[in-house]
Amino acid sequence: MGEFLLVTIQIDMHDQMALKLQDDLSNAIIKNATRGVLIDISTLEMVDSFIGRMVADISSIGKILGAETILVGMQPAVAITLVELGLSLPGVATALNVERGMVLLRRKIDADGTDVSER
Amino acid sequence: MADATMSNVLKKSGKEIHANWARDLASNQTGKGRISATELDQQTAEFIKLLTVASESASASDISTPEFKPIRDFLEGVSRSRVAQGFSSDETAMFIFSLKKPFFAALRTDAGKDADALADQVWRATELLDALGLHTVKSYQKSREEVINRQQREMLELSSPVVKLWEGIIALPMIGTLDSARTQVVMENLLQKVVETGAQIAILDITGVPTVDTLVAQHLLKTVTALRLMGAECIISGVRPQIAQTIVHLGVDLQGVTTKANLADALALALKRTGTSLKQ
Repeated sequence: MGEFLLVTIQIDMHDQMALKLQDDLSNAIIKNATRGVLIDISTLEMVDSFIGRMVADISSIGKILGAETILVGMQPAVAITLVELGLSLPGVATALNVERGMVLLRRKIDADGTDVSER
Repeated sequence: MADATMSNVLKKSGKEIHANWARDLASNQTGKGRISATELDQQTAEFIKLLTVASESASASDISTPEFKPIRDFLEGVSRSRVAQGFSSDETAMFIFSLKKPFFAALRTDAGKDADALADQVWRATELLDALGLHTVKSYQKSREEVINRQQREMLELSSPVVKLWEGIIALPMIGTLDSARTQVVMENLLQKVVETGAQIAILDITGVPTVDTLVAQHLLKTVTALRLMGAECIISGVRPQIAQTIVHLGVDLQGVTTKANLADALALALKRTGTSLKQ
C-alpha cells in the first residue's frame, strides 16, 4: 500500500512463524522504503508471553528501521492476557482498527517522521 | 437381619408414626403460615414411604448407597423449598429429628420387654436419622450458598454499566468496593464495549468507590493499560481529595494516566481530544 505496509496476522502464530514474520517484515521495510507499518492482529485470539513479546519486538524493529509502527485491532481477551502477563508494550502505538490506524499513521508521518507519540 | 425389624415396624405402624410425627411437627412449627398443613402432611407421608422402601435394603445405616438415592433427592428438594420459604437451618433439621420420638415409640411397642433388642434398634434408627438429618442440613446450606452466589453474580452485572456519553466517548461509573473478580468483569465489559462502539476514549468514574488501596489502584492501572493496548485512551475521573491523598501516601505510580476530579472535566477533556467543540 504505497509507503505503508499492512501486516495481517490471521492465524494463531506459532513461535517459528513469528520469528519468520519478524525477519520478512524487517527485510520488506528496507526493500520498499516503507514509512509506516500497520500490524493488524484483529483475528488473533490467543497469545502467550512469547507471541506477546514478539509483537512488541516487531513494533520496535519497525521503529528502529525508520517506519512508524502501529498495532491495530487487538481483541479484549488478548489485551487482558497481555496485561496479566505484565506486557504493557510501552512505547508501542495502538489503534482500534485499521482505519483509525491509517489516520494515526498519516498524522505521524505528516509530522515529518518525528515521534509525536504522546503516550 | 436386624434391619428387618426396622422396616417391619415402619410397614406395620407407618400410619401411626406418620400421624404422631405430623402432629409433633405441627405443634412445634415456629414458622407457622410459611408452610401449609397439607404440604407438611404430604412431605411426611412421602418421607415415611421412602424410608420404608429404603430400610428394606440391606445396608440401612449407610445413606450414601444407591438405595437411599430417592430419599436423598427428596430431602434435597425439601431443603430447597425450606430455603425458599425462609426457614432457618435448625427448623429444617427439626423436620427429620422430630421423627425420632414417634419412631422410637413404635420400636418400643414392637420390641416389648426385650431391652437388648430395643436398645439395638434405637441405636440403628438414631444412626440412620442422624445421617439423614445431617444430609438435610448440608443440602440446606448448599441451597443457601447457591442463593448467595446468584445474588453476587447479579450484583456484578448490575454494578458495571457502560454508558455512551458522546460519539466515540464511553463512560463507566463504578460504584462499590472493587475486588479482583469485579475488576475482571468491569474490564471485560468495558473492552467489549470499546470494540462494539469503536470508542476512542473511555472514562472510568470512581466517584462511587469508597476506598482505593494499592490493589484497587493496580486494578485500575491494568484496565488503563489494556485499553491503551486496544488503541483507546482512558481518563480516570471522580478522584476525591482523600483518595488523592491516599494514592500519594501509598506511593502508587499513576504516571501516564490522565486523572480528573470530576466527570464533567473528564468529558470536557475527552471532547477536546476527539476534536469536538461545544458552544453555549
